[in-house]
Parts: sequence; C-alpha cells; structure tokens
Amino acid sequence: MAKFDRKRGKDAPAISTASLPDIIFMLLFFFMVVTVLRDAELKVRVLTPYATELTKLEKKSLVNYLYIGRPVEKYRELYGTKPRLQLGDKFATVAEIPLFLEKHKVTVPESQQPGITSSLRVDGDVTMGIVQDIKTQLRKSGQLKVNYSARVRPPQ
Amino acid sequence: MARVRSKDRLKNEINASSMADIAFLLLIFFLVTTTIAEDKGILVKLPPWSDQDPDPQKFKTRNVYSVLVNAQNQLLVRGQEMKVSELREKTKEFIANPLKREDLAENPRRAIISLKNDRGTNYRTYLEVYNELQAAYNELWNEEAQKRYNVPYDQVSNSGKRAIRNDFPLVISEAEPTSYGEEN
Repeated sequence: MAKFDRKRGKDAPAISTASLPDIIFMLLFFFMVVTVLRDAELKVRVLTPYATELTKLEKKSLVNYLYIGRPVEKYRELYGTKPRLQLGDKFATVAEIPLFLEKHKVTVPESQQPGITSSLRVDGDVTMGIVQDIKTQLRKSGQLKVNYSARVRPPQ
Repeated sequence: MARVRSKDRLKNEINASSMADIAFLLLIFFLVTTTIAEDKGILVKLPPWSDQDPDPQKFKTRNVYSVLVNAQNQLLVRGQEMKVSELREKTKEFIANPLKREDLAENPRRAIISLKNDRGTNYRTYLEVYNELQAAYNELWNEEAQKRYNVPYDQVSNSGKRAIRNDFPLVISEAEPTSYGEEN
C-alpha cells in the first residue's frame, strides 16, 4: 500500500517527443513516393468512358500520356471545338507524336524500353477519326503497347 | 572572451526541435500535391505497321467474326444487327463453338475477330464494343482455368496462363475504318 501511495505522489514524466520527427519523416517519405506532380494542365476535356475489363498500369515512369478531346472553354475561341490532341502541356498535331515518343523514350533505361506503354486518355464523345489517325501514327512509330484509359463502371 | 565563447559552441549540440516543423511543412506540401490517381484501362497490342493490305482470302469465312460499328453507333455482326449487350455471349459461342456448328469457328485457335468502324463512330461505343470482345475472351479463359486447374484465371501460374492463351488466342484484327460520318 505504501508503495502505491509513494508512486502516485510523484509527477508523471513528460512524454518524450524525440521520436516525433521520425514519425513525421516516415509519413513524409510515404507521400513523397506516392506523389506524382501533375505535369500537364489539361487543355482538352477528357472524360474517359466506362469499361469493365480493366488492367492497372503499374510503372508510371514507363507510361506516356496522349490526351484527346475537345478544347475546354478557355481555348475554344482560339482552337474551336473540333477534337484535338494534347501532348505534354500543349496542343499538338498527329505528326508531332514520334518526337514526343522519342523524348519520353530517352528518359527510360534501355532495358525497360520494351515495356513503354502509351496511355490514350480519350474523351467518350470524340469520334473515331482522330483516334484512328493517332493509332496509325503510333503503329508507324513502333509504339504498339497501347492502353485505352477507362473508368470502372459503377454497379448498376 | 573569444576563447570562452568558442568553448561554449563546442559543447552545444545542434538544436533539432525545429526538425519536426520542417518535416511537417514538407509533409503538408506533399499531402496537398498528392493525387493517388490510378490509370486503368484496356491494354491492347497494336499490330505492326505494314504497307501491304492483309490478304482477306487467307481465312475461311466460318473462322472470321466480323463486327462493324457504323457512324450511327449501330452494331452489325456477320451481316446482322445486334445489341451491344448480346455481343459478349454471341462472341463466346462463336469462339468456343460448343455445339460444333458449321458456321462458327472450327476451333478457338483459328477464330479471328475482325473489328471495323467508321471514322464517325463514337469513341464511347467503340470502347464498349472492344470491352465486350475482351470480356468474352476473359470469360473463356476463366472457364478454361476452372476446368483445367480449378482456380480462376488470375490465380493460374504463368505457364498455365500461356497454355490457355495459346489455345484461346486473342486475335482482334482491326481494319482501316471507312471515312464515313467524319465530323468537322
């Protein structure tokens, strides 16, 4: 009994915060690893269609993105409403695709180059004409791995 | 005086209490900029480019499943209109041909799906059709995996997968689209 009393009488020691920076650093590293800095402002409206048979794209560094859609309101006056291709952060023509692919290719180690995938992020309301032209250009450039970006169909 | 001060400095450790604040600041920055955006989609392998037109005479008519999507987003399968919702079942029937019908594929290895669209076809419809064709094969692979190994397809070993895919090769041939209904 006496023992208990004596213990209670003492002040509780302050919780050590020495490990706090470590915990925060751990969180920090987690977010640093999963972060992808948004590199391109979308100048075209892209709302990908729904699908069910989806594959997840694993290695982000091996993927290049081609956006196809109608220009957003801000650029409509200048570029009209016809569907357009966006490479990186600017509008482009189909003829600029090979250079774009090449620029991405040099950033990838040679051993991983066969795994490069082109992700076509195409708006659902676009007609196949421009998509077809781009597909043909991709085939001519030897970029055969293509991903039609789509969203998971919500359950009905 | 000077000597005393330098002695003091040696004794002092670097004050690390602001480390947490710095880390917090960085953490919040990355928290805000993070988009754990997943890119999912239908992965396809395009055929290599060649200037020659493929020879359509190479395949028997019964082995070719022609799917046409026109600029009005209507579906024509082997000369008959069809709804997208029926496509999956019909495609599976064509590939597997369980009743050994004369007009369907001789065997799954010879089956070829020929997909053709107009330039005016809506991308959404096109992808929907492609999705159904892909789904038909996925279901066939799954059924085959159940039959052979008693597990779903994605749990089969790599060699097993290869064997299944070898017996049910996914061949979707895409013809040059007709330039009908192109929008301006």
